[in-house]
Amino acid sequence: MASLKELSKRTEGLVGGHRACAGCAASTAIRQILLAAGDKPTVTGICTGCMEVVTTIFPYTAWNVNLVHNAFENSAATVSGMEAAYRALKRKGKIDAEIQFIAFGGDGGTYDIGLQSLSGAIERRHKMLYVCYDNEAYMNTGYQRSSATPYCAHTTTSPAGTKIPGKPQKRKDLTEIIIAHEPAYAAQATPGYYMDLIRKVEKALAADGPSFINVLSPCVPGWGYPLDQTMNISKLAVETLFWPIYEWQDGKYKINIKPREPKPLVDFLKLQARFRHLLKPGNEHLLEELQAEVNRRWEVLLRKEQATNG
Amino acid sequence: MSMKFDRPMNWKELPAGCLIDEAATSLRFKTGDWRSMRPIWDAEKCIHCLFCWITCPDTAITVQDGKMTGIDYDYCKGCGICAVICPPKASAIDMVREEK
Amino acid sequence: MKTIAKTGNEAMAYAMKQINPDVVAAYPITPATEIVQIFSNYVADGEVDTEFVAVESEHSALSACVGASLAGGRVMTSTASQGLALMHEILYIAAGNRLPIVIALVNRSLSAPINIHCDHSDTMGSREAGWMQLYCANSQEAYDSLIIALKVAEQTAVPAIVSTDAFIISHAMERLEVLEDEEVQRFIGEYKPRFSALDLENPKTFGPLDLQDYFFEHKRAQIDDFSKVLGTYNKVAQEYAELSGRYYPALEEYKTDDADVAIFTAGSTADTAKEVVDGLREQGRKMGLVRMRMWRPLPVEEIKAALGKFKAVAVMDRSDTMADFGGPVFLETRGILYDAKKKPLLTDYVYGLGGRNIDISDILRVYDEIEQVVKQGKIDKLITYLGVRGEE
Ligand code: SF4
Ligand code: SF4
Repeated sequence: MASLKELSKRTEGLVGGHRACAGCAASTAIRQILLAAGDKPTVTGICTGCMEVVTTIFPYTAWNVNLVHNAFENSAATVSGMEAAYRALKRKGKIDAEIQFIAFGGDGGTYDIGLQSLSGAIERRHKMLYVCYDNEAYMNTGYQRSSATPYCAHTTTSPAGTKIPGKPQKRKDLTEIIIAHEPAYAAQATPGYYMDLIRKVEKALAADGPSFINVLSPCVPGWGYPLDQTMNISKLAVETLFWPIYEWQDGKYKINIKPREPKPLVDFLKLQARFRHLLKPGNEHLLEELQAEVNRRWEVLLRKEQATNG
Repeated sequence: MSMKFDRPMNWKELPAGCLIDEAATSLRFKTGDWRSMRPIWDAEKCIHCLFCWITCPDTAITVQDGKMTGIDYDYCKGCGICAVICPPKASAIDMVREEK
Repeated sequence: MKTIAKTGNEAMAYAMKQINPDVVAAYPITPATEIVQIFSNYVADGEVDTEFVAVESEHSALSACVGASLAGGRVMTSTASQGLALMHEILYIAAGNRLPIVIALVNRSLSAPINIHCDHSDTMGSREAGWMQLYCANSQEAYDSLIIALKVAEQTAVPAIVSTDAFIISHAMERLEVLEDEEVQRFIGEYKPRFSALDLENPKTFGPLDLQDYFFEHKRAQIDDFSKVLGTYNKVAQEYAELSGRYYPALEEYKTDDADVAIFTAGSTADTAKEVVDGLREQGRKMGLVRMRMWRPLPVEEIKAALGKFKAVAVMDRSDTMADFGGPVFLETRGILYDAKKKPLLTDYVYGLGGRNIDISDILRVYDEIEQVVKQGKIDKLITYLGVRGEE
């Protein structure tokens, strides 16, 4: 794996001057991913969403590699078409370079409106990496709930009211849905654990077929925390088991970080305005439910790891 | 590469299609004035771990030959991630209020 | 040149084979399914070099086509009706990005109620998407038009839809003259894209965000590109005529020179109407036919010149605008004729929705009625729904 020192000598794929909010984790994640991919020619695509909007305001683009934006729900299909054209043109001798393809999408474009497009592209076995920068709601349009929004989180369409305490439903486990497609590689990551993310990108791009990385990307205004805390929150998500970072390949699970003593979930929640209502007296049971749910999922993941590595 | 940045282009001057026909043109767009806090880097204290560089969302930490060389205030938005991630044994970045 | 027997779908698939695109991304839909099916056989038998992407929806079909075209490939797809509707969002994006994708389409009505038969509501509903539109009258024309359209599309960077009438053309066997593979290849030439997302030397950002400061300029430039389509089409159709002996004008006139009245229609109905005109002429009634073949861009001057000759014209529309003002061909033709020096009395017949049969007697009735309009010098009924029960 490339060290930070080696990575620092590569050309940046995403440069400054973009209009993401200060402290945006998704910008950092995309930077890290493009640096990890940066030793080989890379062509990218992106769904409509925060990152597309803030990085491509005409005539200013922050991208230093080819980027294709088509629509909201179709970055997987679009990049799959590019990859197909690449294979055709290569066969005809019109292209020599070895090109790797990366598609990006937010959780709205991936968990929700673009799920079909992604499922199709993986089933067709296009050799491409799909990255979901998951900030757990429709941040671009002003923090509306998505199927990635966690239970009880306040969003503008799942507000914490006097009767309903935030989003009434649990988050959908997209990574597991993708693993059910048996891609060449799948993983969860987060930019606070950048070496882990970088290693996963290298692995995903080296895999012979479709790969997927779900990158939890804290959002300063959407989650409501102090802007210098982005990487801490990203790490806390892992340390509290809220967002286990693990990978799946050839039928085997591997959990990359197993905190010896997981921190209580409330350490992660209490820093964020979207969970503030859970700390009010009378809502203790919700906190307990959330903690129990995190524990349950962790247990399931441990068992999967055990069962597939026996 | 036909784009103009000094004034708004008219429709006949646009690159043919729906594209920005150059890479990294956002470098012409300075986001430094968004800052309310300014990171100050102390070269003496820096141990060149590059943690700040790899986590900066705005590609504003400059590195040469594997060593941190400074902060590019043209793009730095003053989020303070670098100061928080800088190892305590170094504490090479301080956030100070931006003078306007 | 050789003669073979083919249905409209087979003819379109055959043209696609001879074009040999880099990528075809498609999803089956009645009554265009065969095009995709036959083409995938060509792929399976190694008769084309195409990457065939069997996507999970029409939305992904056109999305993948956009990606493939941005990557510099020659790209085609096929669809009908609901499929085109599902592509609708991406139609605009393909055109805005100047991607010369060509769709081999079969015109089928749009749901509800669901129906698999012919009308033109699908493509008429996509008129503003920035695609060239060619409506074919038979399989021969569908075959020829696909080849012509591809060349026009690539020269103008404007995508194209070539369509046939569901079942009436798509599934009817017809004798067909086809070119040799090499002749087609020579005619279309090697595709040289304006730009490519695989160009590693000069990375670009495709499909950026425009705010209020640039969107209008981008659209204005697109409109300008679109304005070159008709001229290019006329040139390419001429070249094709020299190669094949078959000439297809954007607007076709049939026995109009001395005619007082005409029907203005499209697709297979125009072929039927020609027979009616021949019969009427035998009776000494001077009637003509104008066939709209290209409806995007609108051949405005051609329409003015052609229709200006008549005292009265009956438009026959195979779809309705739901504007309470008849069909789209009627509506737009009225607009075109508004400032014409000579203009005919214009009526509209909306007919054949959902594949409702249109036969010679229906067309005869239209000619009779339009003759009546000339005699009276005025129109009694502007819009008639022809062949529907419960209507006078
Ligand atoms: S304050 Fe934020 S933007 Fe500025 S250098 Fe530090 S991490 Fe980068
Ligand atoms: S994080 Fe601190 S010590 Fe490490 S390179 Fe940056 S300034 Fe230097």
